Formats: sequence, C-alpha cells, structure tokens
Amino acid sequence: MTLNGWVQIALFLALVVLATRPLGSYMARVFAREKTLLDPVLRPVERLIYRTTAVDETREMDWKEYAVAMLLFSAASMLLLYLLQRVQAVLPFNPQKLTGVMPQHLAWNTAASFTTNTNWQSYGGESTMTYFTQMAGLAYHNFVSAATGIALAIAFIRGVARRQMATIGNFWVDLVRATLWVLLPFCVVGALALVSQGVVQNLRPYDTVKIVEPQQVPHLGTDGKPTVDAAGKPVMDTVSEQVIAQGPVASQEIIKEWGTNGGGFFNANSAHPFENPTPLSNLIEMFSIFAIGSGLTYTLGKMTGSQRHGWAVWGAMAALFLVGVLVAYSAEASGNPLLHGAEQHASAMAPGGNMEGKEVRFGVANSALFATVTTDTSCGAVNSWHDSFTPLGGLVPLVNIMLSEVIFGGVGSGMYGMLIFVVLTVFIAGLMVGRTPEYLGKKIESYEVKMAMLFALIFPLIILIFAGISTIRPYGLAALGNNGPHGLSEILYAYTSAAGNNGSAFGGLSTNTPWYNTTLGLVMLLGRFWMKIPVLAIAGSLAKKKYVPASVGTFPVTTPLFSVLLIGVILILGALTFFPALSLGPILEHLLMNAGKAF
Amino acid sequence: MASKKSIWDPTIVKGASLSALLKLDPRKMMGNPVMFVVEVGSVVTTILLILHPHQAFGFNLQITLWLWFTVLFANFAEAMAEGRGKAQADTLRKARSETVANRLLANGKTEQVPSSDLRAGDVVLVSAGELIPGDGEIIEGIASVDESAITGESAPVIRESGGDRSAVTGGTRVLSDQIKVKITSNPGETFLDRMIALVEGAERQKTPNEIALNILLAGLTIVFLLAVVTLQPFAMYSGAPQTIFVLVSLLVCLIPTTIGGLLSAIGIAGMDRLVQHNVLAMSGRAVEAAGDVNTLLLDKTGTITLGNRQAASFIPAPGVSEDELADAAQLSSLADETPEGRSIVVLAKEKYNLRGRELHDHHAEFIPFTAQTRMSGVNLNGFQIRKGSVDAIERFVQENGGTFPAEVRTLVDQIARQGSTPLVVAEKQRGALGVIELKDIVKGGMKERFDQLRAMGIRTVMITGDNPLTAAAIAREAGVDDFLAQATPKDKMDLIRREQGDGKLVAMTGDGTNDAPALAQADVGVAMNSGTQAAKEAGNMVDLDSNPTKLIEIVGIGKQLLMTRGALTTFSIANDVAKYFAIIPAMFAATFPVLQALNIMHLKTPQSAVLSAVIFNAIIIIMLIPLALKGIKYKPMAAEALLRRNLLIYGVGGIVAPFVGIKIIDMVITMAGLA
Repeated sequence: MTLNGWVQIALFLALVVLATRPLGSYMARVFAREKTLLDPVLRPVERLIYRTTAVDETREMDWKEYAVAMLLFSAASMLLLYLLQRVQAVLPFNPQKLTGVMPQHLAWNTAASFTTNTNWQSYGGESTMTYFTQMAGLAYHNFVSAATGIALAIAFIRGVARRQMATIGNFWVDLVRATLWVLLPFCVVGALALVSQGVVQNLRPYDTVKIVEPQQVPHLGTDGKPTVDAAGKPVMDTVSEQVIAQGPVASQEIIKEWGTNGGGFFNANSAHPFENPTPLSNLIEMFSIFAIGSGLTYTLGKMTGSQRHGWAVWGAMAALFLVGVLVAYSAEASGNPLLHGAEQHASAMAPGGNMEGKEVRFGVANSALFATVTTDTSCGAVNSWHDSFTPLGGLVPLVNIMLSEVIFGGVGSGMYGMLIFVVLTVFIAGLMVGRTPEYLGKKIESYEVKMAMLFALIFPLIILIFAGISTIRPYGLAALGNNGPHGLSEILYAYTSAAGNNGSAFGGLSTNTPWYNTTLGLVMLLGRFWMKIPVLAIAGSLAKKKYVPASVGTFPVTTPLFSVLLIGVILILGALTFFPALSLGPILEHLLMNAGKAF
Repeated sequence: MASKKSIWDPTIVKGASLSALLKLDPRKMMGNPVMFVVEVGSVVTTILLILHPHQAFGFNLQITLWLWFTVLFANFAEAMAEGRGKAQADTLRKARSETVANRLLANGKTEQVPSSDLRAGDVVLVSAGELIPGDGEIIEGIASVDESAITGESAPVIRESGGDRSAVTGGTRVLSDQIKVKITSNPGETFLDRMIALVEGAERQKTPNEIALNILLAGLTIVFLLAVVTLQPFAMYSGAPQTIFVLVSLLVCLIPTTIGGLLSAIGIAGMDRLVQHNVLAMSGRAVEAAGDVNTLLLDKTGTITLGNRQAASFIPAPGVSEDELADAAQLSSLADETPEGRSIVVLAKEKYNLRGRELHDHHAEFIPFTAQTRMSGVNLNGFQIRKGSVDAIERFVQENGGTFPAEVRTLVDQIARQGSTPLVVAEKQRGALGVIELKDIVKGGMKERFDQLRAMGIRTVMITGDNPLTAAAIAREAGVDDFLAQATPKDKMDLIRREQGDGKLVAMTGDGTNDAPALAQADVGVAMNSGTQAAKEAGNMVDLDSNPTKLIEIVGIGKQLLMTRGALTTFSIANDVAKYFAIIPAMFAATFPVLQALNIMHLKTPQSAVLSAVIFNAIIIIMLIPLALKGIKYKPMAAEALLRRNLLIYGVGGIVAPFVGIKIIDMVITMAGLA
C-alpha cells in the first residue's frame, strides 16, 4: 500500500462527504415538491408528461396502489426491452448490421437485468446491441430503474415521517421527479465531463485499424476450442487488423454510474479506454456511484426531522465502506505469494501488488477502491477483473453484495435496504432499553418484523438455493472456468450479484447458457421486486401509526452507539448466513494459496 | 402467597422435570418454531442412529442425546416458570376451600348453603370468625377483615358498606362484627379463581411483543435452515460431504435456541414477579404496556404525601407570643384524636416544650368538630379556645364582639400560597391568637424516585383535590413534573385522553367507583384491592396491598421483562459466531487441513469440536434459567446508558462466552475420553 493510494481513497471519500448535504437536501426539496433552481426548465416538461399520460399529480397512493403501479410500470418496460432486442435488426442506428439478440434466453436475461437495475451482462455490448437498443432500450432502463429505486426509498422515508396517514406518495410523480430532477441534470453535466476526458460519443460504424505489431493467436475450431494440426501442434492465426468499436458512450456511461446501473457499453466495461480513459474519469465515475446513496442519508434526516439519525446511518455505511477498502487494498497490494519471480513491490517504476486483470492507468489502489465502491452499491460497473483478485481481495466485493448492498447502496435500494436493517436493529436491540421497540416514534410491531424478516429471507434464499443446485448439477458445473474453491466463488458470486441487483461479474463463469441466463434472470427479478413488496408494506404500515414522542427513555437512533449496533446487526446477519459458503470458497482458497496451491 | 421460593426449589424442579417430558408432544412444540425444529432434528438423528448403528456410533449417540437434552432443557425452563406459578396457585387454592354460607332469604331468615351454590346477586350474612364465601360488596355493616390469604399482609383492614371500601374477597376472614355481603360473581369466576388461572399460566396468551419476537426467531431459523441445507451441495462440490448428524448439529447450534427455549419462561416469570409484589395483572399485555409507560398519574394523598397533614409551625397574631399560641393550640387539640390534632400536640411539645396535660381535674369541656361549626376546641376555666378554618374562626370572633385582624388574614393567605393548610386559633375574649400551619409531608425518598423516573423518560403528574396554589407547592417539593389540581374524575379522564392523543402511554392508580372510567381508559390501570368492584373490573391490574406507590415498581417490572427478552435475544444471536468457529473447521479440516486456521479455539478433534458446541448450546439454556426467571438486573437510567451496559454484557459477552465455554467443554470431554 502506498501513500499515493491512500490519498486517492481519501480524496474520493472527501468528495462524497462534501456532496452529501447539498445533494441530500436538494432531493428532499424535490420530493417534497418544493421550489428548486431547475423548476423553470423542468416544471413544464413534468406537466407535459402528466398531461399526456393522464396522471393526477395531486393524488396520493396507499402502499398497495404504489406497489401495483411500480410493478406494472416495470413489467411493461421489461417487455418493451425484450421486444426491442428481438427486432433490433430492422430498427435504425445499426451501422454494424447486428442481428436481433438471439437466443431468447439471452434477451430475457438482459431484459430482466436492466429492468431490475442489475445490468448483469451475458452479452458483449459492442458485438450484440445496436446503437438504438443501447440508447432507447438500455439507457432508458438505466434511468427509470434507478428512478424507481429512488422513488421507493422516498416512499419508505415518507412512511417513517408521516403520522396516521394512509398514503405514501404517488409513484408516477416520484418516478418522474426522480428522473427529471435527480438523474437528468447531473447526467448532462457528468457526460460532458467524461467527454472532456476522452470518452467517445458518436453514431459511427466501427473503425478498423492496422495494428503496429501483428499477433499470433490460436485458431479456434467450430467447437470454440483451439485446433491442432496433424503433428499435434496448435494451429495459429496471424492478426494484423483490429476493429475499434464506437458509439454514443458518454451519455450512457454517466447514468451507468449515477444510477448505479453498471451495464457497460462495451464488454470490458469501465476498464475499456473509451468508457473510462483517465484516472480523473475514474474518480468521476466512482463519485457518481456513491453520490445519491450518500445524499439520501441526508434526505432521510431532513424528511424525518432527525438529521443526526441521517448521519448515524451515514456513519455506519462509511465505516463498513472503509473496512472493505482496507481489506481489498491491502490484499491486492500484498500480491500473490505464489509468484516468486515477479516484482510485486511498489516502486517508482512498478505499481506493485497483484496487477493481474488490472489496468495500468488505475493501478492497485484505484482498482481495489472501484471494486469496493461498485459492490457496496448495486452498481456493478468494473474497471478491473474481480476474478483475478487475490482470494481476500475478491472476498470483499462478494461480501459487500452479500451484506445486501446497504453500504451507500444502489440508488434508493441501498437506502431502503439499510432502513430494513435499521428496523431489525431497533427491534432486536431496542428491547434492551426496556420498552417495546420504536423507530423515530413509530412502534415496531409484529407486522413490521414479519415484513423485514421476509425481506431478509428472500435474499439468501434465492442465492443459496440456485448456487447450491449449480454446484452439483452438470449444467451448472459445465460453465465453470476454474475448479476448486475458486469455482465455487464464481458460482456464488454470479447468483449473489444477480440477487443483489449488482450485475458485476466475478468472471470465469460462462453464463450465456440456458440454465444460467434463465435462473439468473429469475433471481434478478425476485431480488428486486419480491423484496420491494415487503419494503412498501412496512412503509404503509409505519405511515399509519401514531407518533410516540421521544424521551430519554427512548432507544437512541442518533448516536455513534447506534451506528455500531447497526453495523453489528448487518455483519452478524450477513456473516452468519453466508459464512459456511464463504468458508469453502474464498476463505479456503486464501488458506490454500498461502499453503502453496492456486486455482 | 408472596412467599419467595428459591429458584431450584426441589418440589418445583421435580414437577418441572416431569412436565418437560410431557411437553415433547409435537402438537405442543409447534407453538415454539425454534424448538420444534430442534425436536424434528432429534427425531431424524434418532432414526438414523437406529438404522445405521455401525457408523461412528459413540459420537452419533452423544449428538442425538444432547439434541434431545436441548429440547428437554427448553421445556424444563418453561415448566419451571409454570411450576413457580403453580406453587403460588396452590397456596391460593387453600383459601378457596369450601365454606358454608348463610344465605339471606326473602323472608329475612337465613339458610345454610355450600359456598359453591352461591350465585351473583345472592346476599349472605357473615359474622366474626367466618370466612367470606365469595367475592362481593358489603351492603350493610362494617367489619375488620383479615385478608392475609390474598395479600400476605397480616394486619386486618376495615371494610364497610357504601363508599370505596366496600369490596370483599372470597376466602378472607371476618374478624369482628357482622356484615351483609351481596355476592358479585358466580363460582369459578371469582377473583381468586382468576388469580389462580393467571399465575398457573393456564390462560396465558402470547403478548404482542412476544409474537413479534417469535416471528423474528422463526425467520432466523429459516435463514439458518437454508444456510445449512445448501451447505451440503457446496460440501459435495468441494469433495467433503457431511453426515446428517453434523449438519443437524450445525443447524441446532445456529438457530436461536437460547432465547427460543427461554422466551415463554421469561413471559411467565414476568407475571410471576408481579404476583410476588402482590400485583395481579389481568393480561401479559398489561405488563408489557407498563414497560412502555410515558406518563404516570399519581394520587397525591398516600402516594406522594403521607396520608395526613401535620402541624409544621405556629405563627402568632400581633401582640401574641409564640408560646401563648402554642399553649392555646395544644389545649384545643388535647382531645382531638385526628392525626392533625395529634400532630399539633406533638409539635407544641417538641418545639415549645409544652407537656400534654391531664385536664379532667380542670373541668375541661371539649367541643368536638362538627360539619356545622367547622371548628373544635375546649372550654377551660372560663376560657373558650377554638381552632378551625379561617372563615369559621372569623365568624366565631365576630359573634363574640371581636374584630378579626387583617394581619391574620394575610398570614392565612401566605400559608395557603406555600401549599400548606392554615388553621386559625382564637380565644373568646382575646380574639384571634394566630395560625397553625398544617403541612403535607412528602414521603421520604419520593424526590429521588421521581428523578429516576425522569432519567428513564417517564413524566410524573400529581393528581390532587387541592387548590392550584397548594398543589403547585407540593408538586415543587415532591419533584413531580406536573400536577392536576382540584381534579375531578372528568379532569383526570381528559388528562389521560390528552396524553394518549400525543401518543403517550399512561398509567394510573385508583380505587373509587368514579375512578373506573379513567382506569379503563389508561393503558395501565392499577386498581387498589381495597377499592370498589367497579374499579377492579375497570383496571387491568389489581394491587393486593392497595399501595399506590406500587405503580413505580410495576413500571420497573414491565421494563425488566422487555429488557430480559432483548438481552437474551442478543446473547443468543451473538453466540453463533463462536459456534461457527468450532463447527466449520471441524466439518472440513479432514478434507482441507488448511481450514484448521479457523479452529482458533484449538479444539482437539472434529468430533470433540462438534460435540462441545452442541453441549454448550444445550447447557447454556439451563444456566440461563435463573436469569430468565429473575429477570436481568435493572437500574433506572437513560436509554443510552442502559443500552451501552446491556450491550456490553449480553452482546460482547454473548460473543466471548461461548468461546470460553466450548473450549472448557472440549477439554473436559477429551479428558473423559468421550470424543
């Protein structure tokens, strides 16, 4: 680990801290429908949308209506994306003459993936999707799936803040305002900033260039495996040209991070020089991933009238983030003990540590930081290959997602996920002060506990069951790139990433198969929508409750002690659920690596 | 009946052991999802043990036995709590023994019937020495009654018809006089019957918080079931499949058996603790509500102040010496047997060294207090001394041709403003001599208790019939947060509604029939046992000692109950960390020796590690039974401090304790050659 690395991590966190308050209070204003600077531009657009869609913006919904609106909207959007992919060949903006996305299970997987804000990619962007699909299908979902998440978080916060009310807001209004006020303006500015760093933005066909040094690569047969000649020697092809993919990248790149989506325009995601060309663009992208999640803690404080509670939640998130970065960075910086010949010490000439699968322009610190940030949230963009991390370095992203992505978290989803943990913390620890538990004046009773447990249950259920099946069935094992504990990590990571709507891939697992495409798609949908229903149910139930005024006898949710408790509950619940699986995956791999065995 | 038995009283332990076995009935176990899972696991391992007796029999047998012990220990905990209640119920039952009642017939004669034949509405005659045959209300007469069978208090109490002390309880004994009692409840529905049912736990229903906690525990159980079930495919993938014995062991260790096994015992014991304080809660819900109370309404008289006012000082009128006034005041009170009167004599003696005199020789004539004159006094050697309220004395002075000095009037106002009651003393010829200040005496230690309540976030409101001036002064002295002066039953009701409207939970005590609506409205309404039947029906608790201060203890018991639940839940979950470090390396170290690195306790063998974890998991239930029954230590303090303290003991302690415990058990069973 180097001072330079730590300074970059500190700089990143400082930016996030600085943005939290202004962004948080701005969002509180937006969703309370108070005046903002952007109203003169956006208000007419908003009114036009309501007029054309016949939405009554003054009407409030109870939680069930809210849930139904959210589900219908998502279902319609998902269907749209599925169809779009299937017929993209005949639609405009297709300079590469790409065909429709075949097979159907891939189109299903991708539709599920983008609707759920997961952006798991079983396809390679530049070789599969036309510019039109990228813009009208994928980018559209990047906006609305993020806006849906934010809307739900706001609805939940309203539930906590409101007293004896049956309604929690209007889904359509929250969706539109989240898109127009919270996402669009920042994306315009952010996209321009990325373009300044060299991210491309065009509709041109791909370039073909002569490469400076022709390369010899193995010739692949029809079965996709290297072929050998009669003498048993591998047949080699000479490559002297390279196709350089183009496209409207910047506009999609920024929402990929700002909305914690994570689906790359190109297959290489943020490791691709056209998506993430410089350390500065890297910083902009990481900041964008955390900004809304962090800001929402301030919004929480503002809307519930307890700013200190907002900061207590922020503190818990920040502490968990720092632990993750520390572990990942130190694991990656210490390199691989099995590589004796390679220079793994940081020096003026070498980045040091484990550089396999990392971009030289980012180095170890910014790769470890990016991996932590992208899995703390539900983003899933990657600027390095998680599969090539050391076992402990790779454990961090996996554990981050397993903790339900509540460390700042996906836009909105991180906030409501965290608030479910707050409800559980208040319930478990709240009894210890000798009162029936209450959260910001709302009694936590059996209904809330039931729904919170349902939320907490669905997540491990869908991960462990599908991962369990995949580890013992041939159609699961066939896709593995590695065996041993590393292979287990790959399968575990895939389902964890899908359930958490993260979308980052550990890699090493060829998931473009009927089994994985179908089940991962299902897991993504369950992980998103099945978990949202209990969230809305709690919001509706809390909104109806009477407010119990706080006193010194009330369980404190505003103190550092509360932050510590919250961290404890998150870690213990997450760790207890996944420890057995992890012990056979990354933990075993780490111990075996130290004993001299790699996979 | 409030006799405290030791936790491990042999008769209770014996009964509990038996009923622990009976509770294995799966239909009964279903009510407790956590322990039901353990029972199912035990059945599964037992069957496998019988089917495959040749594989690792010693180890598998021990695991199976300890799994059964886990279930039994949890049942035992519940049975212990119930047994303690039953022991109290038996004592009560003795009081319910069949008696013969003298039922009054329409013609005025009485007939002798067994008490079990009495119905509500019957009127019975009870004479000195007889047991009162059923719950009822005195409609004629006054008697002293020995209620020790119910309250454990040996001093007899006075019960009389009319007013707020007319209720009598079946099974209590009349010591003097004769009363006519109208029976108010049918056999089987008497107060005593209800009490017996309650302490036995027969009518016990799960309370709201208990239900919520059960849901949490059931949810955790499913999560762990999932983690363990899916561990097998991962283990098979890794080439290290596990036996069912080990998997069931892991499951049982992970699911929250400690709190799952003790949860109902905690609830029963909470009711039990109330009974030990001679308070009877009509439902467990009321006990929980007591922990949540935000506002306490306390009657001034008897709760905050001693029942009676006492003379505090003599303030003479102009031209009168203090000694003269004290002398006159004492003379006027020598025959006054009211507590106020006696306190005047005592004050004169202590402060002015005036001895009480025997006045019969001096042809003294005592003038008793009457509602018409509203003063009392003495005629002695031609002097006429009177004391009484300012208006009465003013009239007395004026009737005798004197003038009532303005200075005395000012004095009277001053005293009233300080929260004391002025009594004016006058002599027929000399006119007004001065004023006696009668003060409400705040009970010792009340200020500290109110401070404690405030530290816990509970507001106290004093209810009094006094005027606002007096009330304010006493409120200040006693340190209550607020007061309601000149309170009518309606005012009280309005106050409760207002507090509840703000989302607060209110507790109060009451005894009169006019308290009944407020008692019913309050979240915790404690009726005094000496009160009317209406009051007892309206409240959700009855204090058998009729001690209004008890409300503070009741709140404490409610809080202690909730805290015990929270603490043991935290402890139970925190325990799992160590169990993982015992069992996971044991499961896989044979295939992957590097996983020994996780065996941080250095447990001897995989078998001893699994067994130690299972044994620890079982005996921790037994070890925590006393804590569950007695409740965790409770001291009034702010929530933050309370949380920090309990978190340190039960959270951090819960993580550390099993590391130590499992290591010790591992050493013991290795030495004993069991694994």
